[in-house]
This record gives sequence, C-alpha cells and structure tokens, in this order.
Amino acid sequence: MKKLRHVLFGALVALAGILGLSATSFAQEAAAAPVVNAGDTAWVLICSALVLLMTPGLAFFYGGMVRKKNILGILMQCFIIICLISVQWVLFGYSLSFAPGDGFWGGLKWIGLNGVGLEPYTDYAGTIPHQAFMIFQAMFAIITPALIIGAFAERMKFSSFVIFILLWATFVYAPVCHWVWGVGGFLRKMGALDFAGGTVVHINAGIAALVTALVIGKRKNLEHNMPAPHNLPFIVLGAALLWFGWFGFNAGSSLAANGLAVNAFVVTNTAAAAAGLSWALIEWFKNGKPTMFGTASGAVAGLVAITPAAGFVSVVPAVIIGMLVSVFCFIAVTVIKPRFGYDDSLDAFGVHCVGGIWGALATGLFASKAVNPAGADGLFFGNPKQFMIQLAAVAVTIVYSFIVTFVIYKVVDLLMGMRVGEKEELMGLDLTQHHERAYTVIE
Amino acid sequence: MELLAPPLAGPPSIKTYSEREVYMKLVIAIIQPYKLEDVKAELYQADVNLITVSEVLGHGRQMGVTEVYRGAKETGNLLRKIRLEIAVNDNYVEPTIKAIIKGAKTGETGDGKIFVLSLEDCIRIRTNEKGSVAIG
Repeated sequence: MKKLRHVLFGALVALAGILGLSATSFAQEAAAAPVVNAGDTAWVLICSALVLLMTPGLAFFYGGMVRKKNILGILMQCFIIICLISVQWVLFGYSLSFAPGDGFWGGLKWIGLNGVGLEPYTDYAGTIPHQAFMIFQAMFAIITPALIIGAFAERMKFSSFVIFILLWATFVYAPVCHWVWGVGGFLRKMGALDFAGGTVVHINAGIAALVTALVIGKRKNLEHNMPAPHNLPFIVLGAALLWFGWFGFNAGSSLAANGLAVNAFVVTNTAAAAAGLSWALIEWFKNGKPTMFGTASGAVAGLVAITPAAGFVSVVPAVIIGMLVSVFCFIAVTVIKPRFGYDDSLDAFGVHCVGGIWGALATGLFASKAVNPAGADGLFFGNPKQFMIQLAAVAVTIVYSFIVTFVIYKVVDLLMGMRVGEKEELMGLDLTQHHERAYTVIE
Repeated sequence: MELLAPPLAGPPSIKTYSEREVYMKLVIAIIQPYKLEDVKAELYQADVNLITVSEVLGHGRQMGVTEVYRGAKETGNLLRKIRLEIAVNDNYVEPTIKAIIKGAKTGETGDGKIFVLSLEDCIRIRTNEKGSVAIG
C-alpha cells in the first residue's frame, strides 16, 4: 500500500514536471511575532460559522432539485457529513492535511489535535490561535465531500455512502489539501495559487463527482421521464445561503480582518452577481426566457470560479471571470452532459469542476501582485509561467482525484454495494434509507 | 294562451345507454406509486394514451408501513397510492386491464386493485363531441 502510494505520488510529480515546471520557492510571508490579534480571531471564527452554513445551504440547493421522495436523503447525506467529518477532522483529518509532513501528506503528528493549541502557528496564520485555523479548515473539509453528492443523488445506499465519504475525505481530500496548502506540500512549493480552494475543493470534488456518476450509472426511467426539480424555492434558498456563506469561505481565507479580506469579499460578490446575470442572459437569448433555476445556478458557478482567485485578482477581472464561467458551465450542463449521457444528476461536475478549472486557470491569467504581494503575477501581468503552474496543479489534482476516487468507490462497492436496489430506488431514499417522509399528503 | 311555453324539446338526441352500439367504460386503478412508470410504459405499448393520475391515500389488506420519527414507531398509517383513471371504449377495456396488471403486479400484498365502471357519457369540451368519438 505504502509502496503503491509512493509510485502514484512519483508519477504525479513527474506529470507536473512534464508540464514544464521546476519547483520555485513560494514566497511565504514571514510572520511577525506570534501574538493573537482579537479582530483577526473574531473574523476567522465568524467566517468558520459562515462556511459551516454553506453545507446546509448546499443541502437545500441540491434537495430542491431532486424528486420529493429523495429530499431527506440529500439533507441527511449533507448533515451526516457535518457530523462525520467534524469528528474525523479533529481526530486525524487535520493532521493528515496540515501537519508538517512529507510532500504527499501531513502524517499523524497532530493526531487528536495533539500540539494544535491556542497559540498562533505562523506557517499558516500568524495572528490567530492555531485551533481557529484548524476549525476554519474543518468547514472546508466538510463541504468538499458534500459537493460530490450531486452526482450520485437519488440512488446511493446510505451505509455505503458513509464509508465512501470517510475514505474519500481521508485518502483524497487530505492529500490534495496538503499538496496545495500544507507546509511541505509539493504544489505549494511549486507556487500554485489557490486562495480559497478552487483546486482543493471544487476541482477535487467535481472530478470525484464525474467518476461516481460514471461508475454508479444512470437513475432508472430517465428515458421516459426526466425528473423536474420538486422545489425551486428550496434551490433559491440554498443558493442564497451558499452566497452568504461564501463570504466566509473566500474573505475568511485571508485569515485576518484586513484589506485582502475586503478584496476577496468584493470580488466574490461581484463574480457571483456577474455570473448570475450572465446565465440569465444566455437563457434569455437561447431559450427565450431567463429561469430562476438557471440564475441561481449561475450565481453558484460564479462563486466557484472566483474561489481560487479571490485573494489575487481585482474587481474587473472578477466581472470577466463571473461572466465567462456561466458560458462554460452552461455548455457543460446543456451540451456536454447530454452528448456523453452520464447522469451527473445535479451537475456537481458541470458546475464545480468546470467552474473550478476556469477559476484556477483564470487565476493564472489575472493574478496581480498589486492585489496581493504574497501571490504572483499572472499571464496578463507579464508572467506566463504562473499560468503553466496553475495548469499543472489542475492536471495533477484531476488525475489523482480521478484514480483514487475510482479505487475507493470500487472497494466499497465490492464490500457493501453502492447502489440501492431497483425497488428502493423507485420508492425513494427517504422511506427506504431513513424510514421517514418529508411531506404529508392530507394532514 | 300564447303565454304557454311550447312543450320542452328535450336535449338534442343522446342515445340512452341501452341504445348504444359502442359502450364506454371507466377504468380506475389503484397501484403502488413506484410502479407508475412501469404501468405508464405498458399502457403506451397497448396504445392507451389518455390517463389521469392522482396521488391518494388508503389501505386495504396491507396495513400501512412503519415510519420512524426520532425513534418513535408509527404504524398503521394510510399508504400512499396512485390512482389512475382511464376512460375507454369497450374494445380497449381488456388491453387496458392487461397493461395495468403487467406493469403493476409484483405478487405481494399491496399491488392494488382495478375497478371497471360503466361510463354514461363523455364530452370533449373543445368541440362538444359526445360519446365514443370524444373518448380517444
């Protein structure tokens, strides 16, 4: 197993090398004396709560899209991830992701938060307690696997789902998170920019979504009856909660209540708005009427795309990033998905992976040291190399997440079976997996 | 005397039920909700395309499912069923029944029932057509 891991890891490093990169040292800002700053700490704690709220928000966003016999299945999957990964994270997830280990992952030095105290850990954040950074990152670890749910909605067995998510968080999220953000992570050393998780969160989860949608297969009876979303207001509620929580996701990623946080806040709102507008316009021109569902999806796509760029780009690039992400995601969900026929039921791949890739590459185009001196200049600011670094980070993440997600899926499928039986699928996950119903008929 | 109304002309000639050459039936079926797609597919196969579907509650021999709310079991709830209403001319009755059975039968309690009723008349609102021409 360990040997396999090293072989795989070596192959990924080689892949990064082929893309024309040599490791460049990441200009890590030397932190000042480790004194806890009250404002910064308050900001990061508030942002942690905001990011937590994104997962229930996502649950409603996805829950509104499924048929009414499956909404509790979606809400429960999201909610159990909050419970499961919160515990996994403090026991060993945080250590695997962020402890100063090798290039692959962090190891078990900080198991059970051993050594993760209330003093700042300056390699990550110099002015807030280490545990504040830890709990902020916990919320990212929670929402990332929750994003995948959209791909296999309405047909996965709950028991297998829990095991799958635990393994995925441990063997896919933790390593990728370490590469990009952890001390010693090889993509971080290479200089890949990912402000708030375009690569770690969205591409990673989006690729896992594609893999699971391909392997689990289509839902039953799609050819007769493409199911319509059962509750559009829930989708809008979910999108609004995501937008609100995303301020914590992006502006909180500056890890201080400072100008960079303000920049991230402003470009996040701008990109989301531009993308919602853009999606509505595309539908208007193409289908004759703009839809609520489309506009809400567009806003979420905009939030995805600005995530890696939020701390590195200024406001005009944010408008461009937002406007274009809706074009790419619209094509992905209305042209590419039907063409290839995979059942990415709620477009986890089409929005998060496609939007995430565009965001990561756009960071390589529009990043500017004028916005963030600790970042880098992108292609349009005279540094084409940054674009190649971004491309390499995207490629490495896609390859790793694709392979390991596939392996985890197959292992759990072999041991427990991933898909519910045909009758259970037709009856719905609410009743068959949880013995509950969301709605009554008469009373 | 002219004030007296002329004798009522009566409604334009509707043949009474026994006078008709083509009879109509209303087929009502109560089926398991998860079998709706299968039944629809079978009905299309049998060239029966006009159906009305509603969600209903009820129970027959199958005495409700058990649902659990925060650990408290609730039994004997009314079950969700789907009710189909299909109006057909007589020659379509048997194919309709066969299609419903083919789609809905699992062999377990709770598969449902089919009721066949005589249908007095059928009027297409758009054209005022009546009787068996209006049904299809």
